[in-house]
Amino acid sequence: MLIASLTDGLLLGFVYGIAAMGLSLIWGVMDVINLSHGPIIALGMFGIYLAFTGLGWNPYLSLLLVAAVGLLLGIMIYGAAVHRVINAPHLSTLLATFAVNMIIIGIGTAVFSTSPRNVDFSLGSFSLGSITLLWTRVAAALAAVLVTALLYLFLYRTRLGKSIRAVANNRAAAELMGIPASWVLAFSFGLGTMLAAISGGLIATFFPFTILAGGSYELKSFVICVLGGLGNPLGALIGGLILGGLEGIIPTFMETTWVPVLEFILFVIILLVKPSGLLGGET
Amino acid sequence: MKPWRNPGLWLVLTLTVAISLWPLVAANKAYSREVTFTILKAVALASSLNILLGYTGYVSFGHIVFFGLGGYVGFYLMSVHNAPLYVAVPAGALVSGLLAFLLGKAILRLRGAYFALATIGINEAARAFIKNFEPFGGPIGMSLKFKVYKSYGGPEQALWIAFASLAALTVAVLLVSFLVKTSRFGLGLMAIRENEDAAEVMGVITPNAKTWAYVLSAVFPGMVGVLFFFKNGNIEPPDAFNLHQSIETIVMVMLGGYGTVLGPLLGSAIYQRLRGLLLVSPLFKNIQLAVAGVLLLLIILFVPAGVVGWLRSRFPRLRRVLE
Amino acid sequence: MKRLAYPLIAVSMLWLVACGPTPTAAPTEAPTPVPAAETPTAPPAGIPTGEVKTAVIGFTASQTGKYNVSSTRQVNGLKLWMDQVNAGGGIVLSDGTTIKFEAVSYDDESNKDRVQELYTRLATEDNADFLISPYSSGLTAAAAVIAEQYGKVMITTGAASDATYKEGYTLIFQAYTPASRYLTGAVDLLAHLDPQVKKIAFVYENTKFATSVVEAAKAYAEEKGYEIVLFEGYDAETTDFGPFINKILESGAEAILGGGHFQDGSTFARQIHEKQVAIKFFTLLVAPPEPDFADLGDAAVGVIGPSQWEPLAAFTPESAEEAGLEWFGPLGEEFVEAYQAAYNEEPSYHSIGGYAAGLILQKAIMDADSIDPMAIKEAMDKMDILTCYGHIKFDTSEEAHGLQIGHDMVYIQWQKDSAGNLVKQVVWPLEGATAEALYPKP
Repeated sequence: MLIASLTDGLLLGFVYGIAAMGLSLIWGVMDVINLSHGPIIALGMFGIYLAFTGLGWNPYLSLLLVAAVGLLLGIMIYGAAVHRVINAPHLSTLLATFAVNMIIIGIGTAVFSTSPRNVDFSLGSFSLGSITLLWTRVAAALAAVLVTALLYLFLYRTRLGKSIRAVANNRAAAELMGIPASWVLAFSFGLGTMLAAISGGLIATFFPFTILAGGSYELKSFVICVLGGLGNPLGALIGGLILGGLEGIIPTFMETTWVPVLEFILFVIILLVKPSGLLGGET
Repeated sequence: MKPWRNPGLWLVLTLTVAISLWPLVAANKAYSREVTFTILKAVALASSLNILLGYTGYVSFGHIVFFGLGGYVGFYLMSVHNAPLYVAVPAGALVSGLLAFLLGKAILRLRGAYFALATIGINEAARAFIKNFEPFGGPIGMSLKFKVYKSYGGPEQALWIAFASLAALTVAVLLVSFLVKTSRFGLGLMAIRENEDAAEVMGVITPNAKTWAYVLSAVFPGMVGVLFFFKNGNIEPPDAFNLHQSIETIVMVMLGGYGTVLGPLLGSAIYQRLRGLLLVSPLFKNIQLAVAGVLLLLIILFVPAGVVGWLRSRFPRLRRVLE
Repeated sequence: MKRLAYPLIAVSMLWLVACGPTPTAAPTEAPTPVPAAETPTAPPAGIPTGEVKTAVIGFTASQTGKYNVSSTRQVNGLKLWMDQVNAGGGIVLSDGTTIKFEAVSYDDESNKDRVQELYTRLATEDNADFLISPYSSGLTAAAAVIAEQYGKVMITTGAASDATYKEGYTLIFQAYTPASRYLTGAVDLLAHLDPQVKKIAFVYENTKFATSVVEAAKAYAEEKGYEIVLFEGYDAETTDFGPFINKILESGAEAILGGGHFQDGSTFARQIHEKQVAIKFFTLLVAPPEPDFADLGDAAVGVIGPSQWEPLAAFTPESAEEAGLEWFGPLGEEFVEAYQAAYNEEPSYHSIGGYAAGLILQKAIMDADSIDPMAIKEAMDKMDILTCYGHIKFDTSEEAHGLQIGHDMVYIQWQKDSAGNLVKQVVWPLEGATAEALYPKP
């Protein structure tokens, strides 16, 4: 049972990791906690849902579209809500992104209602010894690894990616070196929301969801971010795997409803003891 | 200046009393009592949050945890041990204050966003824990036996008692909020808000000051929780630890103007009235959240000081009255 | 100047919205009137001479959210009843007054937060004469307090949990068979199908309703000598049943009983199927009797569910006579026909639940010859009738006032007919069965 639960948990952990990576990237680059993260995950789910049920597109192909829309949406959100308060105290950016959260949820509820949706898509399953795995879960995990690899290539091999890292490191210095900081910030924000949308899309291929479903994944992303260290994409993926693993292991020896209790207690303890994250460096 | 000679105090108190008396003169008493109850609850929650958020500058996103915990403890006493309301309310206050005191020592070391995240974590942990805590009914919560209301002279009477207690409590919160703001203690808090390190150097014992501000801002939500769930007759974890309500409270403080006494009062009254109207209209029912979101965004981006702050800066003469 | 403009816009926007017209409660949209449907009340010979009174029936419906499917059917049933009564000339009292009905309803979003606010509004602002419960035990428990606080009679439907009727309320009356009797029949069915099976897993939703169901069923199963190898609840918003499925596999359970409401139940059934869990007997609450459960395709085959009523149920005036009960209302076929004509879908037990709530109210008004809440309450306390929905009788003891003690459950199972189509068959109790139970579950 332990093996079966752990496998399930870890496969899910890859997807959690992608969601947290988006949050972590934005946090690391511009020191903003994006409270509109959850609704964007939900929008990613609905993107896949609409493409699949409305147009009959393959979910994995539609993921490309969802990613592109997510990127643009993020840049727009940055321009409309974040840019003006980027240098203001934390409260301002927290509330500005929360306002975006309310707007998305409000409009989303009006358009989609809060009724649960289901992407009726299946790739079948296969058995490994005593455990049965769904191909959709495996595909989602593979997609998550692919996205992480691409993100690393982008950040370390392209000019724009290097600029992002430079801005994250020292915004003022980067500007002096001729990097257009505002543009880079907007793009990073877009990248972060893109990752959130992708993770939502992947989740939609195997779980039912509502427009409010992003909230719980947003909270999980917070936990993962402090586990993996802020602003560290690989840390986010590892943090995701740790959380997924815990979600797999904890139910084997106690009631499943205790999982969130332990998760959040762990979260608070790590914040108190080592706010830079378990895997983070010194701050 | 002596506090009672300050017109700002009288303005705030008069407004609160006027709001509280409205159901007595309104045509449909029961309905206006319900509406006013919701407004007063918001005013009390926002004003107590303001002591921490507005004066001290610490953003507690999960402040509703005190409302929920106080509510749960009070409700437990009333439903399981048949305690009367006047025992349950102070018990709720005591437990909330105690939790804040214990937590405060630990999490108030965190600054800025880390503190905000920790408060979210604590609220979620509390909710998940209560869901598993059988003495409090676990996931299905608890209900009051209906005969409990009879000992208050029938349900009608009980609802009025809950309402009157809340009104008195709201006046008390505003009074405390005013006294803190004009006291030396409050000055220390505001020094922490502006620059914590500098405040420390100037001789403010910051850990103590912060902890007491946290305790003070936690005690009132605990009592409001007891009154609210007494009126509702039942309590469940998602209603008690509703993160969304917590964040709405921040919105109300910001709307009115944080760090002022009048601001949270004004902000909550406006926000609740708006929400109440939008809620039952078929056209706006779903969009109300989006409207509130747009409003919040506009405030953050363009009038970060809120209604009161903006009035104060536009009309300097009003500063004497608008505390 | 520009700096000033934005705050001004913000403030004026606020003012505009705040001072906009106060929205009035929109009477619920009337569905297509049912032409010539058999109306329960035949208007008396001669034209009623008295005044016409409109009684307001208030309720909330889950137009959105997780209870949407079941709640919508419940409201459809209630509205069908109301249209039939109004079209038939209303209820005429002995003093010549004619009572007609009007519904006022709001969307509760399947969310308890709003229920109390809205029921208070119904009781005070909209002056509802009678209240009907929302769908689900959780929402109903919240609404019941308000109904009792404001002295309004409330008929609950779609709310089975026993606990609500043990709080000392006097005006709340239950149309459904209480939760404690939901799954006990399933245990009997299992014993009938396979005496060899001994290991049962209970996996249920952590809500008032499902908890009261499984606690009673667990006690019953233990009494019958079953071994409960797993007894665990899941959160209402659970979408991933993986951990529970792994536990079921580990426990060696041969039968699963549990579930909660429609959404979680259908997700659970789908994931059990996807994970190819070999289980012999699978019973879920609420979800299987809903016609929409067939959308699951192969995952639905063999799943059993308790139902308050099935279209094939054979309650007739003759059976009423046999049982020594008074018959009231239309025949089952007449209801199904009228419902299909009005909504173009098959009624589920939630539909007739709403309809039955209306019938109960109608009978009480006729017996009381008044719409005074106290007279209605008395009539309800005395009620002992058979309708197309089944037997209706309320507990009148102080401890459990209003609890339904007349009505019984049937059990359905999804099976494939010879053409390979999914069909719902009644498999228990045997005297009402329309097919042999498919066992073990494929």
